[in-house]
Amino acid sequence: MRFSIARGTALVAVTAAMVGLSACSPPSSNNEAAASDAAKATNAAALGGIDKLVEAAKKEGALNVIALPPDWANYGEITKAFTAKYGITVNSAQPDASSQDEINAAKQLKGQGGAPDVFDLGASVALANTATFAPYQVTTWNDIPAALKDASGTWVNDYGGYMSIGYDSSKVPAPTSIADLLKPEYKGKVALNGDPTQAGAAFNGVVAASLGNGGSADDISKGVDFFGQLKKSGNFLPVDPTPATIESGQTPVVFDWDYLNVAQGAKLKGKVDWKTVVPANAVLGSYYVQAINADAPHPAAARLWQEFLYSDEGQNLWLKGGARPVRADAMKTAGTLDNALFQALPAVSGTPVFLTDAQTKSANDYLAANWAKAIG
Amino acid sequence: MTAPTTGTLDQVKAPTTTGVRGGRRPSWRRRWLRRDLLGVLPFFVFVAIFLFIPTLVVIIGAFAGDDGRPTLDNISALADGYIVDAFVRSITLSAVTAVLGAAIGALVGYAVVTAGPDSLVRRIVTSACGVLAQFGGVTLAFAFIATIGLSGFVTVFLHDHLGIDIFAGGVWLFDLPGLVLVYTYFQIPLMVIVFLPALDGIRPQWRDATESLGGSTWYYWRHVAGPLLAPAFLGSTLLLFANAFSAYATAAALVSQGSPIVPLQIRSALTSEVLLGRENLGKAMALGMVVVVALVMWLYGLLQRRTTRWLD
Repeated sequence: MRFSIARGTALVAVTAAMVGLSACSPPSSNNEAAASDAAKATNAAALGGIDKLVEAAKKEGALNVIALPPDWANYGEITKAFTAKYGITVNSAQPDASSQDEINAAKQLKGQGGAPDVFDLGASVALANTATFAPYQVTTWNDIPAALKDASGTWVNDYGGYMSIGYDSSKVPAPTSIADLLKPEYKGKVALNGDPTQAGAAFNGVVAASLGNGGSADDISKGVDFFGQLKKSGNFLPVDPTPATIESGQTPVVFDWDYLNVAQGAKLKGKVDWKTVVPANAVLGSYYVQAINADAPHPAAARLWQEFLYSDEGQNLWLKGGARPVRADAMKTAGTLDNALFQALPAVSGTPVFLTDAQTKSANDYLAANWAKAIG
Repeated sequence: MTAPTTGTLDQVKAPTTTGVRGGRRPSWRRRWLRRDLLGVLPFFVFVAIFLFIPTLVVIIGAFAGDDGRPTLDNISALADGYIVDAFVRSITLSAVTAVLGAAIGALVGYAVVTAGPDSLVRRIVTSACGVLAQFGGVTLAFAFIATIGLSGFVTVFLHDHLGIDIFAGGVWLFDLPGLVLVYTYFQIPLMVIVFLPALDGIRPQWRDATESLGGSTWYYWRHVAGPLLAPAFLGSTLLLFANAFSAYATAAALVSQGSPIVPLQIRSALTSEVLLGRENLGKAMALGMVVVVALVMWLYGLLQRRTTRWLD
């Protein structure tokens, strides 16, 4: 076969272009000296006060957030308020991602302009990845209870809630306890928000079910057994609840955080009578964790975001979404907490249980080994 | 420059001045610099980037611990009950849908071929199959959810007008039986597409010849058409098996509770926020999938050799 030189060169050029395309990564946004100052700042004072931080953040002009659904703890309104206040664009990626997805994205996008600046994580994922966070102490640092933050500010609890049962009161009777859900009235109607071996909310649903069935924070086998019975009786519904499934009546009973169930009820007002109950004998609480990506492409905006979240305004916005902000007690004392919103939270009776890291770990291991068997 | 018509080594003049040891063998560098190999270069680059490197990453990761040190923990973890179960279910699901798809697809293909090469029926069926064979993932899952899901219009119609509750025994659509149904749906059109050329190769004259020599229909299929079509049929079935075995998005969109099949177990290993540090276990599972497909390919090679012997 004859082969012209021109064509050969064209092919080489095309190949080279292909290799080039796959080898180059997009340039990262800005690498000024100011950015490196912000990336090292462990509080606003280090940059010369909050005004200087705002200035640096405005210069960056953007903030990358990840895994923040707009209807989760009022994040939709929070991001809008942040943009309105500082004129900084919030780029929200993968709203339905898991905590592990956030860490994966930070790893994969390291050094690129699209990497996440800040994380909102479940406790176990946060504790396993502290090496990738930048320590930062917000101005309201002293209001946060010591048990709910890392001493250096590597991670800080942000908002919490209790595991609850949301239900469509036009379709099912009000459950008074977790054991009620085994009754025939709930056949094919009880859903968990996710798979407990993958999603934090669902995992906590199983723990709460254990508390409600004679188990404890150290023994979640009763919870796994409960869902096994639920499956056997045909009451368990293997569907991932979303606002759409709730509205269309596919998932009439949902185990989820109280702030998520409350938000659903508010959103569907007038369409579905969605009520939220925190079962009396099974009050399981948990806080989520805020952290700053050590390789944040917008280090100043990331820190300003934290300042905003932990300001009175940010905390009340979380409260508006049904979540219990971490500074609630201090703000109550100072009179800055929105009391009307606080009174509207679901009633909780009994002593709330919070899992320790060790308890979480052993519960995870038990679940990994036994969940599939119980539900399979 | 012309390429040699037959590329055997002994035809190539050995270089006289290069320092290659022995001098009897040709210099590979000279051969590689041949301009006519440039044409293949983009393909090699493509294969390297999209096949070779990812495979390497999977293999290396499967034998690495969290600290990056070599370990056999991930491989030995594959023997855990739930992972073995997932492999068994994955293989069963792929085999069942491949056999169902191959059988039904072959019959549909045969019907289309008998309709004549330029008939409207054939044109419609092949176009439809072209679309449906590629109709997978989230869109396909949603189509089934909207049709026979809990609030699907067929489900609601049957329930309200005929009193039939298709989910009386549990919500099977979001479990293995549902996957069998949905996978078969995209396997059949794929079979039609890949099997049609083989069916086109069967000449009606052969059937006439068989009959004029006193052969029955059974005899014709058993001794003439069957052996001719067997290699193509087996090959297509294998393609369907691999197609189902590696499918992920459809299952991911349908199944939210539990991870019955291996691709979903890998998803869980990579993204779970409850069970952490299992990335490399995910790679070990991926390696397991590679091994399964390799075994099936080997089996197919054996079968191919057998069937070509029948044809001789």
